[in-house]
Amino acid sequence: MKMKRMIVILTLISIFVLSFGFGASAEPFRVAFLMPSAINDFAWSQSMYEALLTIQKEMGKENFEFVYSENMFVVADAAAAIRDYASEGYALVIAHGSQYGASLSDIAPDFPDTSFAWGSTANVFTDLGITNIFAYEPLSEQGGYVNGVLAAKLSKNNIYGVIGPIETGDAKRYTEGFKAGIKSVKPDAKINVTWIGSYSDVALASEAAQTHIDAGADVLTGTSQMTVGAIGVAKQRGALWFGYDVDQSALAPQNVVASVDVIWAIALKPMIEMIKKGERGGKIFTLNLANGGLKIVVNDEALVGKTIEGIVKGNIEVKVEK
Amino acid sequence: MEAIIIGIAKSAIRLATPYLYASIGETIGQLSGVLNLGVDGVMLMGAFSAFYTVLKTGNLWLGLLVAIVVGAIFGLLIAFINVTLKAEQGISGIGVYIFGLGLSSLLFSTMVGTVQTVSGFSPLSIPWLSNLPIAGEIFFHQNILVYGAFALIPLAWFILNKTPLGLSIRAVGQNPEAADSLGVSIVRIRYFTVVLGGMLSGIAGASLSIALLNVFQQNLTNGMGFIAVALVYFGAWRPTTVLIGALLFSTVNAIQIWVQVHGINIPSDFTLMMPYIVTIVVLAAMAKRRIHPPAALNKPFERGE
Repeated sequence: MKMKRMIVILTLISIFVLSFGFGASAEPFRVAFLMPSAINDFAWSQSMYEALLTIQKEMGKENFEFVYSENMFVVADAAAAIRDYASEGYALVIAHGSQYGASLSDIAPDFPDTSFAWGSTANVFTDLGITNIFAYEPLSEQGGYVNGVLAAKLSKNNIYGVIGPIETGDAKRYTEGFKAGIKSVKPDAKINVTWIGSYSDVALASEAAQTHIDAGADVLTGTSQMTVGAIGVAKQRGALWFGYDVDQSALAPQNVVASVDVIWAIALKPMIEMIKKGERGGKIFTLNLANGGLKIVVNDEALVGKTIEGIVKGNIEVKVEK
Repeated sequence: MEAIIIGIAKSAIRLATPYLYASIGETIGQLSGVLNLGVDGVMLMGAFSAFYTVLKTGNLWLGLLVAIVVGAIFGLLIAFINVTLKAEQGISGIGVYIFGLGLSSLLFSTMVGTVQTVSGFSPLSIPWLSNLPIAGEIFFHQNILVYGAFALIPLAWFILNKTPLGLSIRAVGQNPEAADSLGVSIVRIRYFTVVLGGMLSGIAGASLSIALLNVFQQNLTNGMGFIAVALVYFGAWRPTTVLIGALLFSTVNAIQIWVQVHGINIPSDFTLMMPYIVTIVVLAAMAKRRIHPPAALNKPFERGE
């Protein structure tokens, strides 16, 4: 009896010690994240930052760590930072921007034990014999299409303005989808597209929005962090806005109808699982409406919810002429 | 045709506003012999401080005042580095730029956290003048900071060309030794012009964050301060030609937006090059005029024995 109890106690102690030992020896998964703007840009960089926060919440802070570098718009600076992070032993280095591809293909072969990821792109450089680069690509045209259908239903003038950064990648795909969505509802729609040549020129984005509204547009949309300037104009002049990257309704609750929210975690989670199993790269992760990588966030709380609340509370009185 | 001209001209006037404040401030500073490349950093600090004040208090005039004070403090810092410590002006200016960029980003991250919008100065129609055909619509339905920018040009011209103060400023920049021997205080004049330039850069930033854009984002100015410095060279250190340069640059920018909005089939890459192509062509054409910068520009003053 005594012997049995001893065995039980010893077993318990050994389990405790072993689990403690394992717990301590299990290294957290470490990620480094570089972005061209800032974590609070209300667009591109913020959406990735939010994905990393989500994953950290799910895995626990002790199992998932991440560091980041903001404002890496100069590719040469970014390349230096990528190299630094790789040599510091991060399991995954995310270079969040299609401008970083050439640097990655240059650096990745020097760090075979590190995984790298970049986007939006479908290029993982396997043709160069590189095996440790992942790519991610949202099918932005799907989100653009949904926004376009909604926009067409809401526009009175049937004139639409798109304020895009540079005619390439994500922005181009989103714009094509937006146009197709509108045309599916109103084939005679007039859709004016401006490319302002910059991801960050808020002043030019704002002026483009002014010009669109002067040209008769009552619904605007656009991508990248410079669009906050255009949202400001939409708010001031009473135009509707359709967002991209993150839910942008907080910027202008009365004007932002819906936003395409890019859920990068849908790409990152399977990527992390692959790395844990020892696969370092070579896979392209696509984000779309089917796999939950793209979500349409309709601003029903501000637009519909506030109206209902107003009527319920009596702040809004709906009169009927007798 | 009328609507086109009105649309483009209105855009151009709005776009020119921040450049005018910053460039006139820089012109006055350079005329006294101080090259300040930190304009963009001071604009960012002005933009942030005005935005933050308006976000917290809703008081636009207080926001503008805070931007002016913050600009003046930065002006004092620049003057201390360049005039008192006699640092290399080009390099110290870049330092001030990076400091302003970093500090405004840091303050924004910690004090505001995320992009937000405010209600800024709204367009103000001037009685009588706003009813004028075409010109009324273009010039007299703008916000108060736009009017201020354009009023600044004749004011700066008058002060620089018609007052003893203007004469002293130009003398200090052209021949500091002679000015010094006549009892003009080089240090005092240069502190004055650089602090004034800082205040105007602060207003330039505020014109973005609480009048034209009504948002703040990290690096909101996106290098405008450097274009403002280029406009001073373009304008050959004269307020009137600085105005022409600013309007030319902003008009071509307004045209390229207009061309795209109205779906005129030119590749966007080409339309985006237009402002810069025009700038280079005009600069090359003007090179023949052989305009020399102020003789003492970029030279700290050392009193001879």
